[in-house]
Amino acid sequence: MSEIIKLNNITYRYDDEDQRPALEDVSFQITKGEWVAIIGPNGSGKSTLAKTINGLIEPDSGEVSVGGLDLNEENIWSIRQMVGMVFQNPDNQFVGSTVQDDVAFGLENLGIPRDEMIERVRSALDKVNMLEFAEREPARLSGGQKQRVAIAGIVALRPDIMILDEATSMLDPQGREEVLRTVKEVKEQENLSVLSITHDIDEAAAANRVLVMRDGKMIQEGTPETIFSYGEKLIEMGLDLPFPEKLKASLKKQGMDVPADYLTEEGMVDWLWTYVSKK
Amino acid sequence: MDIRFEEVGYTYQKGTPFQSRALHDIDLTIEAGSFTALVGHTGSGKSTVLQHLNALKKPTSGQVTIGDRVITHFSEDKGLKTLRKKVGIVFQFPEAQLFEETVAKDIAFGPKNFGVSEEEGLAKAKELLPLVGLDESFMERSPFDLSGGQMRRVAIAGVLAMEPEVLVLDEPTAGLDPQGRKEVMDMFYNLYQEQGLTVVLVTHQMDDVATYANHMIVLEKGTVMKEGHPRELFKEAGWLSSMQLGVPSTVRFAHELEEKFQWHFDPLPLTTDELAEQMQVKLSAGEGDAL
Repeated sequence: MSEIIKLNNITYRYDDEDQRPALEDVSFQITKGEWVAIIGPNGSGKSTLAKTINGLIEPDSGEVSVGGLDLNEENIWSIRQMVGMVFQNPDNQFVGSTVQDDVAFGLENLGIPRDEMIERVRSALDKVNMLEFAEREPARLSGGQKQRVAIAGIVALRPDIMILDEATSMLDPQGREEVLRTVKEVKEQENLSVLSITHDIDEAAAANRVLVMRDGKMIQEGTPETIFSYGEKLIEMGLDLPFPEKLKASLKKQGMDVPADYLTEEGMVDWLWTYVSKK
Repeated sequence: MDIRFEEVGYTYQKGTPFQSRALHDIDLTIEAGSFTALVGHTGSGKSTVLQHLNALKKPTSGQVTIGDRVITHFSEDKGLKTLRKKVGIVFQFPEAQLFEETVAKDIAFGPKNFGVSEEEGLAKAKELLPLVGLDESFMERSPFDLSGGQMRRVAIAGVLAMEPEVLVLDEPTAGLDPQGRKEVMDMFYNLYQEQGLTVVLVTHQMDDVATYANHMIVLEKGTVMKEGHPRELFKEAGWLSSMQLGVPSTVRFAHELEEKFQWHFDPLPLTTDELAEQMQVKLSAGEGDAL
């Protein structure tokens, strides 16, 4: 298994005088093709961590390597080509006056020939199901559509890694769902590794592995099932309680015996089914 | 102070080739002391309605009555200032509007504009900080050294400093983590319960509508499709989905259980506590056919 992202003992302070570093001795690896979610409350260092991966900030100590290259001045541009980032606010990342111009922007910067560019823009828009909006003005799109265009802009550049920095947090539930579905599809088609920073339980559930940050430190890691079984503690970890956990807590208040393990909604129905059949 | 819309329409750039109709034929009432949720998908007209609540926009047709003041297309701007004091709007990402050197000065800025002395303004700030979950030690800090969640609280305190009777909130929890979201919503709910503030909440979070609101207005294509108690409106999951709106998680799961176990929940549970109570009764009575 090859590691596509490797962070060793990263420490970073925004200001030399800061008492507590924004990142303190953080290490982790992401295997090629893996989807890793990073959770943690606001201010725990998640976004700072993401910025170290493509060299938007330089750690005070520790090493970053991406796709086998050490992050340094020489490699930074090669690394940035491997990493595409989708940010939180869809309105802050548009430059083109039409959807297709916007997707083409990154390719123009790389000096891709026009014919190939047109082909890549169309294919990227097709992958996020936004081809019919190619000529539209980005400002007129819904939040979910805007984020899908942002993803197309990244896909067109054919990166190896996609980082989602709270990319669904400003969207309505429908927008969240469509963006999450798009990420899943694109990840498979393009064989991408995904790192998603999120407070959304569904987004975290889509990952192979969840890392938990607090106060600049990596404090926990596990599969979504393991992490979700922490119950009430999830709130301190910056996630909301999954619905079945909330219902379990309410049933307990009613004096019912509920299973201690983490239940999905399906699991909850199964459990109720046994309960009802035993009557 | 009630707010009433009668036959309200609003057209952007009316009389030009660029005119576009944002609102039409809106009739709605926001009663004093209510907690009203205004829902509708992106582009349904929520923001334009919101700007009519304190006459930031005047209707191009029909009229809006805010307390005893009637606003029509022809209303003059005179006296609107007092109206805007009574209806405070917390816009999306209000922390972007902070600008003063200290938290205290930022909160006191609004009242000062209404002729309150600096001293009184600062006293007001001190009084408001605990209400938004911050302590006095924040008074002299720069608003720009605070976390996003803290900045938002300061901005909200700035609106509360105007002592509004109606508090209008546009997606007030967007971008906060779940803990922060709950704290901010509970804070508004306390203001509503303890200070008797009328609250208008614009949101996509149906779970919040279910937990906090006692009145719900559904907007679609610039007009009101339905108005009523959330418990009534959430019964129509299919209709809401045609409006591109969801139902709260509890309602969705309750419907699933009704189908699977031939149960019938009455009244419709809106929160997990309400659902658990009815489930407990059914389970202990041995009710339900497992399919």
